[in-house]
Amino acid sequence: MLSAIDKKLMRDVVRLKGQVLTIALVVAAGIASYVTMRSTWSSLETSRSSYYARYRFADVFATLKRAPDSIAHRIADIPGVAVVYPRIVRDVMLPIEGMPEPATGRLISIPAGRDIPLNGLYLRSGRMPEPRQDDEVLVIESFAKAHNLHPGDRIPAVINGKWRDLLIVGIALSPEYVFPASLGDFAPDDRRLAIMWMDRDVLGPAFQMEGAFNDISLHLQPGVSGQEVLGAVDRILEPYGGLGAVTSEKQVSNFILNGELSQLEQFATVFPFIFLSVAAFLLNVVLSRLINLQRQQIAVLKALGYSNRQIGLHYLQLVSIIVVLGALCGIAVGAWLGSGMTNMYGQWFRFPAQDYRLDFSVAAVSVMVSLVAGFAGALLAVRNVVRLPPAEAMRPPAPASYRVSLLDRLGLGRVLGQAAMMIVRELRRRPLRTIFSSLGIAAAVGILVVGRFGYDSFESLINTILHEEQRADVTVAFFEPIPASAAREIVHLPGVLDSEGGRAIPVRFRSGHRYRDSTIIALADQPELRRVVNRDARQVEIPADGLAISRKLGEILGVGVGDSIDIEIREGNRGTRRFAVATLVDDAFGLQGYMRMTSLHRVMGQESAVSMVYLRVDPAWLDEIHRRLKEMPEVAGVTRMDSIVKRMRDQMGQSMLMMTIILTLFGSTIAIGVVYNNARVALSMRSRDLASLRVLGFTRREISAVLLGELAVQILAALPIGLLLGTYWAHAVMESVDPEVYRMPIVISTQTYAFAVAVTVVSGIVSALLVRRKLDHLDLIAVLKTRE
Amino acid sequence: MSAILEARAITKIYRMGEVDVHALRGVDASLYESEFMVLLGASGSGKSTLLNIMGGLDVPTMGRVFYGDMELTDADEDELTEFRRQSVGFVFQFYNLIPSLTARENVALVTEIADDPLEPAEALDLVGLGERLDHFPAQLSGGEQQRVAIARAVAKRPAVLLCDEPTGALDFKTGILVLEVIARVNRELGTTTAVITHNAPIASIADRVITLADGQVHSEVHNESKAQPEELRW
Repeated sequence: MLSAIDKKLMRDVVRLKGQVLTIALVVAAGIASYVTMRSTWSSLETSRSSYYARYRFADVFATLKRAPDSIAHRIADIPGVAVVYPRIVRDVMLPIEGMPEPATGRLISIPAGRDIPLNGLYLRSGRMPEPRQDDEVLVIESFAKAHNLHPGDRIPAVINGKWRDLLIVGIALSPEYVFPASLGDFAPDDRRLAIMWMDRDVLGPAFQMEGAFNDISLHLQPGVSGQEVLGAVDRILEPYGGLGAVTSEKQVSNFILNGELSQLEQFATVFPFIFLSVAAFLLNVVLSRLINLQRQQIAVLKALGYSNRQIGLHYLQLVSIIVVLGALCGIAVGAWLGSGMTNMYGQWFRFPAQDYRLDFSVAAVSVMVSLVAGFAGALLAVRNVVRLPPAEAMRPPAPASYRVSLLDRLGLGRVLGQAAMMIVRELRRRPLRTIFSSLGIAAAVGILVVGRFGYDSFESLINTILHEEQRADVTVAFFEPIPASAAREIVHLPGVLDSEGGRAIPVRFRSGHRYRDSTIIALADQPELRRVVNRDARQVEIPADGLAISRKLGEILGVGVGDSIDIEIREGNRGTRRFAVATLVDDAFGLQGYMRMTSLHRVMGQESAVSMVYLRVDPAWLDEIHRRLKEMPEVAGVTRMDSIVKRMRDQMGQSMLMMTIILTLFGSTIAIGVVYNNARVALSMRSRDLASLRVLGFTRREISAVLLGELAVQILAALPIGLLLGTYWAHAVMESVDPEVYRMPIVISTQTYAFAVAVTVVSGIVSALLVRRKLDHLDLIAVLKTRE
Repeated sequence: MSAILEARAITKIYRMGEVDVHALRGVDASLYESEFMVLLGASGSGKSTLLNIMGGLDVPTMGRVFYGDMELTDADEDELTEFRRQSVGFVFQFYNLIPSLTARENVALVTEIADDPLEPAEALDLVGLGERLDHFPAQLSGGEQQRVAIARAVAKRPAVLLCDEPTGALDFKTGILVLEVIARVNRELGTTTAVITHNAPIASIADRVITLADGQVHSEVHNESKAQPEELRW
């Protein structure tokens, strides 16, 4: 049997259903944002770590030109090394029929018939290659899906100059290729990169690599860090064309995956932090007002002998009902959206399985935050009432102190009319309430801005920055640098309108003990097709004899303009050069150095050579140009700008869009909840005054104008603050993510600001209409009879 | 006769907005076992303030209040709560029922926390509302609401019943009905009762009448013979 006070609770909940529901929605939106993003991140993180552990992802990776197998034993003797796994890895051209752009096949050796010691394979379908069976391969799932390939199908490959038809025996996944891409390739194309595994005893002879390897992975003993063995590995491999060993953090797929996951983790921290705090703030403000309206009932309960604790508990129950209602809704929506987002990321990160997991702790934390905020608001309000002697709490508050203000003296009352004067005085009388209301609405506006700006930034990244930087229609990359004169054949292809050579040199940037492996991109002296631009889309001029580096790279190395860094060149004649940093470039993509080609060649003491050619082409000739390029043996890859843009839209764009939609939805919910509750509470607080005005002969229109005028002033004051707040939050969000792969500009479009304003104003108008309807039905006598 | 409730030298100063209001200026007043006392005074004479202070609903600026051996003006929050819960029942001019609870539930609000209460139905029977148990305040007339309030006040079997202008918001006939109920509670349950009114004729139904004027005791009169509520005219 429910006690009387519990019945009061239930009936209050039913009576306040509009407010209970909207407050619960605000809580739900805050919690859902947290649950969605946090659970997506933690599910992906868990998928990754369990995948890595089960399939023995290696700790150290190194590539080299060629070394005899005996060298692997020397590496195995390095203290701290537990397992070594030497392999043959070779890129080949795949002349896929019907595909104008050539695809690259990466053949990786496996010990067929035996266990793979490191970087194990997950066999999705088919079987492993049989030992010594010519041409049997496993193909990575992403490529197989893109081309609809199945076990039993064949792929043509040019291996060591010979055309071979490879037989697909199985479809596989590898922890080494969760993100099948090469570094600098920020929008990988599944159709054009085929990771394939082949028996070592077949692959070795095909490349004259019997008894030799050109790639080695290491597993370390527990407690040994990769950094400790890198030097020793590099010393052993140096004479064999070692390109520098890296730890698993720098392994390409893992590096990209880390970047994405840490960005997601940051987003999953910052966005929900903002959303949940705003929801908590609003919960606090709205509940304390709601409880203030029960001031008289609280006093009566006290007069009847209820203790402060019992009364406090009664209102905490009310808060709990609202929060739990919101929490259940928020967790359910969050889990639904989280599993959707996890699946979406899953299309992009190839794990054997995406297990969506909703951590209990994730849900619990969000509920706790909301409960604490709600409790704080409720207890504060209850405390303010029970602190008063019941007799005083039952009396209407003392007549407010109004003062004749400057406005009155100016005779503004006559100009604005009596209603406007009442609005002004009421706002002035309770400045704190006005400020809190406006702040609450401003927070909602800010959330709308911050929820939506991600897409603006992404659009700007693609439409402005990428557009200004990469102005070539087609980029052709060569296997080896070729003399500029040799590239002329390409430049003179029919349909080529303009061309420009470029060179990318793999290097290690070093400053003291800090280093990064990356590339120096050398460009034309007056570049037109591949330019260097800042995130504000302005072109950066590369100084004639200087080195420019990405600002982010400068931060990592701890160097600024004028500081010198060592550059270890890892191609051709190798060697180390020392350069002063002439300019920092706030670029959006990657970490690299930039030089003019002429100065690079002078420094390297080389003849002019290019490793890529940027082309502007007549669209009508595009397919023909592709066909001709495919026939050239020196061409390693051809990239079309339009397909990069398309893939970026498909991948980053899709996740950004989904995140934006979700956050916008939550932001709008919070905005509507706040504005509506603000209006409702104002109505309850002022209904007595307004009824008195009606009795004095004011029309419905006039009293509506008084109340709605107050709301309008609060909203108008909130809009600019909210837009500023949103802008500030957007900066905070972007500063919290620090990806090395790409860095988004902070761009907030006019549409985003307009959207935030529109949602707020529309919820204001709708709330006003609802309140107006209540005002029209104001029971004058009843309102005046009750004492508050 | 021993005083069950005793106020000594009570002064109360309110700060209403920007003015100080001297509601009580050194008032002494006692309430004796089982008596029916009326506190008479014009609006603003300080009678409600005195009653609230004696009932532990308000605190005086100066002076002391005793309930038996307990000094209310020195009691902590728990002692005051216990006092209100077990010993004193209030009836207010504006009833102060909880609008979301029925008559029975409004009474149950008290019976659920008191030590030796009447059944809610029994208390409502006592005030003649046995038939309207499940009506919400909004479905009851003013007089009925006030009777629910009385039932709620007496259901805990309080030692003292304090009524602040119980008929103030009611018409004559209903007012008489409410006074009859209060008189009956005093007579049948022996509850010490104090009723505040500005309505001089009501004083004739009391054992003793204290008249307040301008925050001070103006006179104290013992009625030789009590009138019955139904004999009242005003």
